[in-house]
Amino acid sequence: MGLTDKEKRVKYTTVSIPLTLYNRIKKLIEGTGFTSVSQYVTYVLREVVASHEESKYEEPFTEEDKQKIIEKLKKLGYI
Amino acid sequence: MIPRPHGGRLINKILTGKKREILLSEASELPSISISFERVIDVMDIAHGVFSPLEGFLFQEDYINVLYDMRLTNDLPWTIPIVLDVDPEEISGLKEGDDIILRYNEEPIAIMKIEEIYGWDKKEYARQVYKTTDPNHPGVSKTYNRKELLIGGTIDLLNEIKHPLENRILWPIETRVLFKEKKWRTIVAFQTRNVPHRGHEYVQKAALTFADGLLIHPLVGWKKPGDYRDEVIFAAYEALIKHYYPKNVVVLAGLLMNMNYAGPREAIHHAIVRKNFGATHFIVGRDHAGVGDYYGPYEAWEIFDEFPDLGITPLFIREAFYCRKCGGMANEKICPHGDEYRIKISGTKLRKMIMEGKIPPEYMMRPEVAETILKFKDPFVH
Repeated sequence: MGLTDKEKRVKYTTVSIPLTLYNRIKKLIEGTGFTSVSQYVTYVLREVVASHEESKYEEPFTEEDKQKIIEKLKKLGYI
Repeated sequence: MIPRPHGGRLINKILTGKKREILLSEASELPSISISFERVIDVMDIAHGVFSPLEGFLFQEDYINVLYDMRLTNDLPWTIPIVLDVDPEEISGLKEGDDIILRYNEEPIAIMKIEEIYGWDKKEYARQVYKTTDPNHPGVSKTYNRKELLIGGTIDLLNEIKHPLENRILWPIETRVLFKEKKWRTIVAFQTRNVPHRGHEYVQKAALTFADGLLIHPLVGWKKPGDYRDEVIFAAYEALIKHYYPKNVVVLAGLLMNMNYAGPREAIHHAIVRKNFGATHFIVGRDHAGVGDYYGPYEAWEIFDEFPDLGITPLFIREAFYCRKCGGMANEKICPHGDEYRIKISGTKLRKMIMEGKIPPEYMMRPEVAETILKFKDPFVH
């Protein structure tokens, strides 16, 4: 029998952090909505990674594209 | 600062020039399948980058991840699976790796590379996405009516579908240029499927107080009977903007996208899409994208706690009411008065008045807006 959709779901891997940091986080999340250190670390990393990614971006249009779009926007009354 | 698109790149899958001509001429020789108007809308949204970073319909691994973890396999938040359903007989003889043409009313819309064919459990889909398997839920009922297999693969758009309101529909690249031209750095997006009443105006203006610009972004597309027609919504907003908003702070543009009524999951989806349009903030209503009582009133707010990496800031603005004691619009956070002073603005009541040809009281709807709606012989969808 094949795997169900639920069984095919995302896998996890292990990342090492210093035990001192682990204990510090464990204490920090007591009484919060976080149920484990892993959950907290995942949350924080996603936040940090996204903010680092944000700085690496250039708009996807050339000057020529831009002029064409501006013409269209003028015609439609947006500019 | 206008945010980068979801995943870092605005997807453009629109074929142009020689490549399009060649593929169009070959289209008649390729196998094809007919798709519904809703799937055409998905194709257009993928091609124009509304669904960036998606470049096609989901592969199975992404589908499973989205279903259970609300993320794509590259870890990006994504909450509504964008899938193409087919009947086994439609694709008999086809295999993974083949190119097919997606047609609507015989017209070739897009070319798709079949990269995966897989089955799905619609009941499980409903349970995860809609949090209910009740066929009375409009999204669940649509899911149950879909076909038995899914095909995953990238698409390239060959032909745009003409829409009666196409001059009112802007795509992400266009709003991004527009916001840059207007020199807006903070843009609040407001999702709607309705004509504006005073409560909507209050929420929009509360958000606009600290942003450079407001994107009023009505969903254009399929509507259920009793809803206001798209052209009525646009005309009503134009009247409101003309009489009650300062110049150069509002962009009113249609968004061609399907509505799922998936409550909290759809609130995240709506926010991601608005990020692709260049919005920095997104107004999330109470029971956003909900229907009936399938979702708790604030579930669509709470789900945002699970996504620290969305890249767009949700604004949770409480529902507005008219307070007779305050003498104006207010919400429960800023008004200390009791229910005896508060008048809720009911969409159902407003609709009834409009149906009877009556102008609603000014504390519910601006007279210019009501008059504009009443000028339409029949403002509702049948």
